[in-house]
Amino acid sequence: MNQVPDINGRFGKFGGRYVPETLMNALLELEEAYKHYSKDPEFIAELNYLLNQYSGRPTSLYYAERLSKHLGGAKIYLKREDLNHTGAHKINNTLGQGLLAKRMGKTKIIAETGAGQHGVASATVAALLGMECKVFMGEEDTKRQELNVFRMKLLGAEVVPVMSGTRTLKDACNETLRYWVSHVEDTYYILGSVTGPHPYPMIVRDFQRIIGDEAREQIQKEAGRLPDYVVAAVGGGSNAIGIFYPFVNDESVKLIGVEAAGSGIDTEEHAATMTKGRHGVFQGSLSYVLQDEYGQVLPAHSISAGLDYPGIGPEHAYLKDTGRADYFPITDAEALEALQLLSRTEGIIPALESSHAIAQVMKLAPTLDSDQTIVVSLSGRGDKDVQSIMGYLGGTANESH
Amino acid sequence: MNHIDAVFQELREEGETALIPFITVGDPDLGTSVEIIQALEQAGAHMIELGVPYSDPLADGPVIQRASERALKHNVTLIDCIQTAENARQAGVKLPFILFSYYNPVLQFGLERFFSLIVEKGISGLIIPDLPIEEDGEVRAKAEEANIHLIPLVAPTSHDRVTHIASKARGFVYCVSSLGVTGERSDFHKGIEAFLSAVREATTTPIAVGFGISSREQVERFEGQADGVIVGSAIVRKIEEMVPLLQSPATKQEGLEGIRAFVSALRG
Repeated sequence: MNQVPDINGRFGKFGGRYVPETLMNALLELEEAYKHYSKDPEFIAELNYLLNQYSGRPTSLYYAERLSKHLGGAKIYLKREDLNHTGAHKINNTLGQGLLAKRMGKTKIIAETGAGQHGVASATVAALLGMECKVFMGEEDTKRQELNVFRMKLLGAEVVPVMSGTRTLKDACNETLRYWVSHVEDTYYILGSVTGPHPYPMIVRDFQRIIGDEAREQIQKEAGRLPDYVVAAVGGGSNAIGIFYPFVNDESVKLIGVEAAGSGIDTEEHAATMTKGRHGVFQGSLSYVLQDEYGQVLPAHSISAGLDYPGIGPEHAYLKDTGRADYFPITDAEALEALQLLSRTEGIIPALESSHAIAQVMKLAPTLDSDQTIVVSLSGRGDKDVQSIMGYLGGTANESH
Repeated sequence: MNHIDAVFQELREEGETALIPFITVGDPDLGTSVEIIQALEQAGAHMIELGVPYSDPLADGPVIQRASERALKHNVTLIDCIQTAENARQAGVKLPFILFSYYNPVLQFGLERFFSLIVEKGISGLIIPDLPIEEDGEVRAKAEEANIHLIPLVAPTSHDRVTHIASKARGFVYCVSSLGVTGERSDFHKGIEAFLSAVREATTTPIAVGFGISSREQVERFEGQADGVIVGSAIVRKIEEMVPLLQSPATKQEGLEGIRAFVSALRG
């Protein structure tokens, strides 16, 4: 099942390159460069050096004993991507793409961001590699994630608030692509998720698979066998693909993606692309999309700016339609409860995105036996969310849209 | 013969360049779109691109994005846009219509249904800006079958791809004059002349230039080099300016006249 994508960038029927002709050359160039450098021993060595010495990999696989006991049932292991430099898994990809940009002779990088984690990770890598950086962020999200906006500025990046459309992640993606079309000659676009046109879903997966490669080895060392479940939150789906991919051929391992149900999947305020979306073309690829009957993309909603996206990476659509992975929705309220539970039982404040995965584990673990194991991707830490969580839990301002 | 080919043939005989305006259908409303199309014909347009408003118009700059948003406020759909072509025809408009839509609305409608409907409603050509040649196989086959011209875009960055794209083109080849999204600009891509010659050499199909053309001087500059000139954002901006006039029955004619005068001036 690992032979995806094919040469046309297809995961089964999903994926492809649905972009204006003005971008095709840049995508083909990127694909060529990636093919070359991903096999170049010097490139690989430099990337591994930075992942280890700069970001602090490998991240640990931590047995959450108190959480496991509290829930009763399966043993829960947290893959601690929150311990990465900059606080989330996003740096795995930005280090890889940043080095690629540099090898390609580009001097400027651009990136889109929702929660700001990918923006911070891009700004960080730009500073590290001495490149100029512009981050496009929905105006709505710049308000929800003020702290990350400031972090990006401290790192020397320019944050461009996006005023078009719903002013959230999807519009930030549109605007980054539009900017890239005009500046393809000297600018590299570091796309932050496994979304967009080929080759991005493949490149980002390959740079994120280190999460799963490490976890697979660690759990076997720790528990003596493969896990029964691997659980991860999905917005665009990069941490989820990262941890799923190395387990795809392990048929006994169930893969569970957790998407944001916002106020509930029966309301109009959610980001449950798999549960409520249909096949469609959005931002460069064919996948599941939240859309109306006329093919207009619907605004998404989630308490988590990182999951607030009406699309999902095409490889997830493929995993869903082939039955290899299952996807479940978790509401804002459930995520907040999970966030508090993990904070109190383990002393770990998870990001709102990762809290969705924890919330699914709260449902799943009690249904399993104590000799079964769940590996969950703790994709990021909650520091960036503390201010808005304070708003929700304290009943004061800073509301999500 | 496809209506688009007939118009180009006629213009070629007269030594003229086609003026191809773009409008976003339903901006400010569907009824007014028909009147705007009439005004464009009176002003000397030779064919018209009917833009289907879309929630995520990747290839478009702020002017057309705003027009899309205005149209989507009253839920203008793909079917409404196609119906507008027929309504304009019934109002006496003789020009060929080219539907411009992002792919997803077409895909969701269903390709079979879509092609039979656009044939029935008198549309001659189709532009799908986010469907590059790698992805357009099924659409192209169905378009050929329906005698609808699928008009491809080529860009200054298309390089080696130009020959392949141009060889499959029907109607005309849409040459993107500059990198970036749609919108008025004072400069075009520095290699524009060489680019246009390369496209010209690659095909006998007419070529038209678009993206960023907004004035008579710019239209004139391309008249010698291309068979057609596409003006989008500049006209959509003019319509935007006229929206307050267009929305009141007392001043509507004045608004339409403003659009007519602008397009006449482009023709020179």
